Amino acid sequence: MKDIGDFLLWCVFPYVALGSFIFGTIIRFTWFRSTITAKSSELLEKKNLMIGSILFHVGIILVFFGHVVGVLIPKAFTDWLGIPNEIYHIGALVMGGIAGFLALAGMLILSFRRFSDDRVFKTSSFSDLVVDLAFLIVIVLGLAASLGDGIFFHPEFNYRLNLSVWARQLFYFRPDFHLMQQVPLTFKFHVICGLLIFGFFPYTRLVHALTLPWQYLFRSPEVYRRKPRI
Amino acid sequence: MKVKAQISMVLNLDKCIGCHTCSVTCKQTWTNRPGAEYMWFNNVETRPGVGYPQKWEDESHYKGGWKLNRKGKLELRAGSKLNKVSLAKIFYNPDMPNMDDYYEPWTYDYQTLFGKESKHQPVARAKSQITGKYMKLNNGPNWDDDLAGSDRSFGEDPNMQSIEADIKGNFEKTFMMYLPRLCEHCLNAACVASCPSGAMYKRDEDGIVLVDQERCRGWRFCMTGCPYKKVYFNWKTNKAEKCTFCYPRIEEGLPTVCSETCVGRIRYIGVILYDADRVQEACEEPDDTKLYEAQLGLFLDPNDPEVIEQALADGVDMETIKCAQRSPIYKMAVEQKIAFPLHPEYRTMPMVWYVPPLSPIMNYFEGKNSIKYPELIFPAIEEMRIPVEYLANLLAGGNTEVIKNALYKLAMMRLYMRAKTSGKDFDTEKLDRVDLTEESATSLYRLLAIAKYDDRFVIPKAKKEKIEHVEDDQGGLGYEECNGCALAPAHGSMLRKAKAGMSSKDIYAESFYGGIWRD
Repeated sequence: MKDIGDFLLWCVFPYVALGSFIFGTIIRFTWFRSTITAKSSELLEKKNLMIGSILFHVGIILVFFGHVVGVLIPKAFTDWLGIPNEIYHIGALVMGGIAGFLALAGMLILSFRRFSDDRVFKTSSFSDLVVDLAFLIVIVLGLAASLGDGIFFHPEFNYRLNLSVWARQLFYFRPDFHLMQQVPLTFKFHVICGLLIFGFFPYTRLVHALTLPWQYLFRSPEVYRRKPRI
Repeated sequence: MKVKAQISMVLNLDKCIGCHTCSVTCKQTWTNRPGAEYMWFNNVETRPGVGYPQKWEDESHYKGGWKLNRKGKLELRAGSKLNKVSLAKIFYNPDMPNMDDYYEPWTYDYQTLFGKESKHQPVARAKSQITGKYMKLNNGPNWDDDLAGSDRSFGEDPNMQSIEADIKGNFEKTFMMYLPRLCEHCLNAACVASCPSGAMYKRDEDGIVLVDQERCRGWRFCMTGCPYKKVYFNWKTNKAEKCTFCYPRIEEGLPTVCSETCVGRIRYIGVILYDADRVQEACEEPDDTKLYEAQLGLFLDPNDPEVIEQALADGVDMETIKCAQRSPIYKMAVEQKIAFPLHPEYRTMPMVWYVPPLSPIMNYFEGKNSIKYPELIFPAIEEMRIPVEYLANLLAGGNTEVIKNALYKLAMMRLYMRAKTSGKDFDTEKLDRVDLTEESATSLYRLLAIAKYDDRFVIPKAKKEKIEHVEDDQGGLGYEECNGCALAPAHGSMLRKAKAGMSSKDIYAESFYGGIWRD
């Protein structure tokens, strides 16, 4: 019975979440393209946004790349490079911790702003509030998992031996839920929460992260448009 | 040479009475929607004053427009592309105006006026249209209307900073003028250059600058980029909106709503041909005071056969060229040089130009024996109530010479016409001194004072039917995607009542009283 639960959680749910991410992104970009905006509220409140937004964005981008490295690069690769496990973990903890705390500090300021500033709160949609809380929770869980468990409660636990392996298995559709059974609870919650965020990502304001205006760097300053002739 | 056509406007400030009809009709047409309450595509400012948004001309604060970098090349004052990426400005735009720089939109709590009888006179208190809470009003769309010369409006007007202290000191002789403002539809638009998404563009056929609502991602750099602060951010749709130059009307050969409804008939719309290849060169003129002339140099003579040939080759149609030949803009800006761009020193090459006002000087001067000694206007203009330096800061990047010449010309034209209509003698050689002849003075008078509809508005039709499937646009509402832009929500209750069998007369009686829409 426990296995069925774990199977659903670690072999089915991730695909539901990621499927929803891909499906939603396609739908949003084909039929609801015009609704994709950064949903800025800077017009309504500026001071708290300055610190909060910069801290959060810088933090979360570092955290994202940290996750990519931690999950996608196998332990065998760093072993082959000759990096000892201890050094790798200290490096990951320090850099990840700094990035995580930047994101957390930013998110705390942004949440305070969203719920306390009248103009911002009244113009927030339900999904804005959900996104706000979800990020707050996932960042706290992530810090609790890597710093709390990683240093104090389960220092012997090495996520690169099970969690990362399972995550990579997801990409070739052979996830083994037994690997996840060895993972401490905070990690599990962090993963579930993270997958949830991916699941509702394209349906919320978060979608702006997928529309980086890279072509701005290459185009000429003045843009002219001509109506197509028939 | 690459010839392009540009729809542009001239406003004769001499005749603006500051009635705000243009602003109100514009608002009714374009921005009476949720999220757009604070947007005034057109507004009328009292000068001297702080304007709207407050102190918009203070570019050391708002960082709008262009500047020349150390190499003498054009660069957005708000920062180059690299600067925007490297300084994390994409996460937070430090130079963007805040809602308080405009004002928090409000309505009034009218319900209290209809409540139970009470001991005290009921008062409709102001209620924020954003938070729904009662609010204290301390700023509005036209907060210093007609208050020119008050401590705040005078001291904080950026155009006054560089004027000598003694002129400031003379402020018992206060002056006032009106400045109606709309999007300048610049040739070198800073908002277009700022937009990371490429949503802002200039229309190739008439140069109107628009925001593509489909592609706008709400990065807000256009708001900073525009030195005139004429791009607004809709807090409900999270997208930028701006003056459209009423392009659906322009395409039909009709003037914009602000021009059509202007009671003073101060607005002129026409098309002008310019050389797109030389725009950058003109914008990089190092001397601020010469930018006006640099821009003037871009405009092409629509009667020159070489220009016509090149224009046709570059895709300008014959009707547009014909309209350019009759263009009131060309006449005032290029031939007579009495119209000037607003703040050419922002280097955007704005295309809404202004004829400087003359009224106060003429009142001062006309009591004297002016027709007999018309040359007296030359010293008189130096002592004008509205300092020439002020007008020059506003309209010519500080170049007082060109403003003075325009004022001389306008004053001389008036004296000539006064002599003519009252049957007095006038030494027509005096007209030479201001580059006028009897004929051109009369024609200028007709254009400025009589201002016939057909003389004011010479607008070529877009010939859309030859360009796109016009039936696709049928029934379009413009801002369809945004919630509350359609009229259905506003009229839904009426439709329901009609369905329930109420007669239109009853519905009217219930919905309107005294011709005013009930809240």
